[in-house]
Amino acid sequence: MENKTHIIGYPVFVAVWLVLLALTSALVAISRVSHTAAVWAMILLTPLKASLVFYYFMHLKYERAFLKAMVLAAIAFLVVSISMLFLDFSFR
Amino acid sequence: MSAHVHTDNEGGKIGMWLFLFTEMMLFGGLFITYSALRSLYPADFQEAGSHLNPVFGIANTFVLLTSSLSMALCITALQKRDHKKSRLFLAITILLGCVFLANKYIEWIHEIHMGIYPSGPGLAGKPFGEILFYGLYFSMTGLHGLHVIIGIILLSVMLILLERRAIDHEHHLILENSGLYWHLIDVVWIFLMPLFYLAA
Repeated sequence: MENKTHIIGYPVFVAVWLVLLALTSALVAISRVSHTAAVWAMILLTPLKASLVFYYFMHLKYERAFLKAMVLAAIAFLVVSISMLFLDFSFR
Repeated sequence: MSAHVHTDNEGGKIGMWLFLFTEMMLFGGLFITYSALRSLYPADFQEAGSHLNPVFGIANTFVLLTSSLSMALCITALQKRDHKKSRLFLAITILLGCVFLANKYIEWIHEIHMGIYPSGPGLAGKPFGEILFYGLYFSMTGLHGLHVIIGIILLSVMLILLERRAIDHEHHLILENSGLYWHLIDVVWIFLMPLFYLAA
């Protein structure tokens, strides 16, 4: 199997890092508004931050479709497990 | 001696990701436990969370995000055949990991002095939900901290291998996989921080 590598430039990583810092600051600022705002900020911004780390820092953007599908399947399994828990707790 | 060394970067990377999935399920199980208990004791969790100092959690988030950046830059530098810069970025990553642990140490020591630890006097007489919150807080941040320690050891070995040129611009799968591990530790913290420090 060929071992080709894709070199990602410094500016791409620095840009992603700046976005991550901005999202963290936004998360902290919104959390101070109210409890509901804190929960929604957490539900929306936290997975977004994690996706950026997965996609750029962990090179997923530049990997083959097979590896992307594997990661997606693992995350889907976690999301389904957590959703089923909430369904259970909401309707008992 | 080594006429042909067989390497399979694709296979090696897939193996590392499979291991990372088990890590995701490990922490995922704890997140499910947190969610379940929080929905049973919402008021206690909110009260207990309000006693944690968010500055520690937020500062450590910035520290880990920056360490993830330096880890990514380390691999780019190596691919560009700049070994010196690569070693520098890796050393910065290790240093930031130590800063994270030092911050965590100060935070935990403060709490332990106040008697807040599993079965500690500071928790005696507190509502059951608050005791559960601190139990989860210590076990989840503790397990994460253990991963940071393992990550620091792993990256220190990588630094030695880089120094000895056992890792170079052509053969660096082991460094990439160690980087993946370090980034996953960062991702886990991204989820942990708002649960304990911001949700109150």
